[in-house]
Amino acid sequence: MKIDLSNTRKIIRQYSEKKGLLIPLLQEIQATYGYVPKESVELIAKELSIFPVEIYGILTFYAQFYLTPRGKHTIKVCQGTACHVMGGKEILDYLSNKLGISEGETTKDGVFSLERVACLGCCGMAPVVVIDNNFYGRCTIQKVDALIEKYYSEEGK
Amino acid sequence: MKFKILICMGTSGISAGAEEVAKAFETELKRKNLMDKCKIVRVGDRGLFRDPLVDIITPELGRVTYEYTKPEDVPQIVEEHLLQGKPVERLRAGKDYEQFFSGQMRIVLSNCGEIDPEDIDDYIAHGGYDALKKVLFSAPEKVIDEIEKSGLRGRGGAGFPTGLKWRFCKEAKGDVKYVVCNADEGDPGAFMDRSILEGDPHSVLEGMIIAGYAIGATKGFIYCRAEYPLAVKRLNIAISQAREKGLLGDNILNGSFSFDITIVQGAGAFVCGEETALLASIEGRRGTPRPRPPFPAQKGLWGKPTLINNVETFANIRHIIVKGAEWFSSIGTEKSKGTKVFALAGKVKNTGLVEVPMGTTIRELIYGPGGGMKKKRVKLKGVQIGGPSGGCLPESLLDIPIDYESINQTGAIMGSGGMIVMDEKTCMVDIAKFFLNFTVAESCGKCLPCRIGLKRMLEVLEEITEGRGKEEHISFLQEMGNTVKATALCGLGNTAPNPVLTTLKYFPDEYEAHIRDKICPSHVCTELVKFEVVEEKCVKCGLCYKACPTGAIEWKKKEYPRINKEKCIKCKACIGACDYGAIQ
Repeated sequence: MKIDLSNTRKIIRQYSEKKGLLIPLLQEIQATYGYVPKESVELIAKELSIFPVEIYGILTFYAQFYLTPRGKHTIKVCQGTACHVMGGKEILDYLSNKLGISEGETTKDGVFSLERVACLGCCGMAPVVVIDNNFYGRCTIQKVDALIEKYYSEEGK
Repeated sequence: MKFKILICMGTSGISAGAEEVAKAFETELKRKNLMDKCKIVRVGDRGLFRDPLVDIITPELGRVTYEYTKPEDVPQIVEEHLLQGKPVERLRAGKDYEQFFSGQMRIVLSNCGEIDPEDIDDYIAHGGYDALKKVLFSAPEKVIDEIEKSGLRGRGGAGFPTGLKWRFCKEAKGDVKYVVCNADEGDPGAFMDRSILEGDPHSVLEGMIIAGYAIGATKGFIYCRAEYPLAVKRLNIAISQAREKGLLGDNILNGSFSFDITIVQGAGAFVCGEETALLASIEGRRGTPRPRPPFPAQKGLWGKPTLINNVETFANIRHIIVKGAEWFSSIGTEKSKGTKVFALAGKVKNTGLVEVPMGTTIRELIYGPGGGMKKKRVKLKGVQIGGPSGGCLPESLLDIPIDYESINQTGAIMGSGGMIVMDEKTCMVDIAKFFLNFTVAESCGKCLPCRIGLKRMLEVLEEITEGRGKEEHISFLQEMGNTVKATALCGLGNTAPNPVLTTLKYFPDEYEAHIRDKICPSHVCTELVKFEVVEEKCVKCGLCYKACPTGAIEWKKKEYPRINKEKCIKCKACIGACDYGAIQ
């Protein structure tokens, strides 16, 4: 797939003057492309006169950055303490089993990406699952099962 | 006089459908021609998870609270409550709501769920920025004296005296100084900072501006977690409104003091809550900690003296300035002053944010505002305090008072204030493994004890929970835990062994059961569960049958269920559903 780099150029121009802004720059790249493409990293390195490894050092350090394209819907299963005690691990395992992917991966049809998050700060509604930006509290395996089916039927699958 | 309708809309309220409820009110009020008589105020979360919460304030009836409100309930509320003056009894918040709030002392949270966080005028109407106005007429030295006298200590976990930190920073040499607010609330199980930022963002800004004035800084940063989009949005609104009013920016309130604040969004790294790592992250680098000294108060952001305080600490400042150090120090214990906000969750009846005076016991907190255990016949086994840096305390220690020193003595730490109540279905070895999994994943890898020591401890815990435990594992965990604690570079590593060391200390029999008898008494560790029905304990209720997602449980009324092992995927939904421990 060919990557359109004109947006990367625009973002670099926006940030290159200010100090300490490599992280916001990369955050904006990700917001534009959905992940941080290799081609963008190379261009940033060239334009800012730094080594690509410095950029990869940051990208791989922070959990927020992705180096590969994401699925259409991102499922985040909270693995905070309250969610763990209330059965969040079982829900993550179940989803991983059902979708046939491990955490951090995307389904072959590109519909779902599965992630674990440390804590979403909704401990009173544990266990919590977030699909895109919709929060679902007090989840059970049956409830998430129905949710996934609902998303699949909306996709016509 | 206008009627007021308050609707709680923090992350929790919104996810429970508060926006739909607000829209339903708008439609209904328009339909009944009540729009100019009523004011809908979208407030932050109040701390109790019974959303959507709606308060209606009328001159005749005063304040009435509704819980679990649904859009379809709104026409009835408008018709009966607003027009006929009769509250809808079936929807009113009941005893649990009253109990939750009656045992609290809300200072930091006083505005949360009361004011519109996106409206600076509402904050000002509730006494907002009074503290700043008072401070600008006194010497910076006096401000620091006041904070020192109040006895306020850092609410981020370690409990360092706030006034002393401010003094160090003021006395540090340098023409440029910075104020940083640590809003990288990463502890799993803690969400008070998020609620404050979402519900009362100006209180944090005001605290930061006062700190800037006191130490002589002109620039502030709020380092906020990326997972809190609503908090970032409301902070941005608050900052621009404060600038418009001349409370932030050049020549604040037409005086000579200038101060401005920028928001920096984190990118998902727990270690960035550690102050030196946080600074590295603001500078645009990998967030790895460095040795201290020099402390950030001497050499911080870009080498300049930097004051770092946590959200809750800043939110306390305005109250101390307005009501005085003496008032503040009259609350709490000898060494721990004021209140502390706890995030109460787990197997307790009322979950949410609870603010109590220091010195309250853990038992008072759980059985007061918390309302006791969620299910009456289930026994409390332990309480986890302080997240991955804290520890698990047994039932017998519930009567210790909440203050920095008493909690440290148990081997846990106050931490940021997460409190998770656990019952007999929680396996303590599994909890220790859970936290180590987290700290191993979040370790930055810079220093060896944390990078390798924790990993080795995790491997041993995995062996124990998978039925391959050996006798010598217990002494290994103790030795390695103490070594990592003593030698790791930063706070993350220094405290990461606490969950293991405290469970070893208070729940040794659970480790022994896993290692010697190869059983998990709580039926949590999958490899040690047989997935069989124990007929002596079973009451034939069929809850397990209903919970099973794969149809692996065969059950008919008045008969014992049977688990078909070929269909079973070992998800443990049945164990979660059974109240009698009848599946082993």
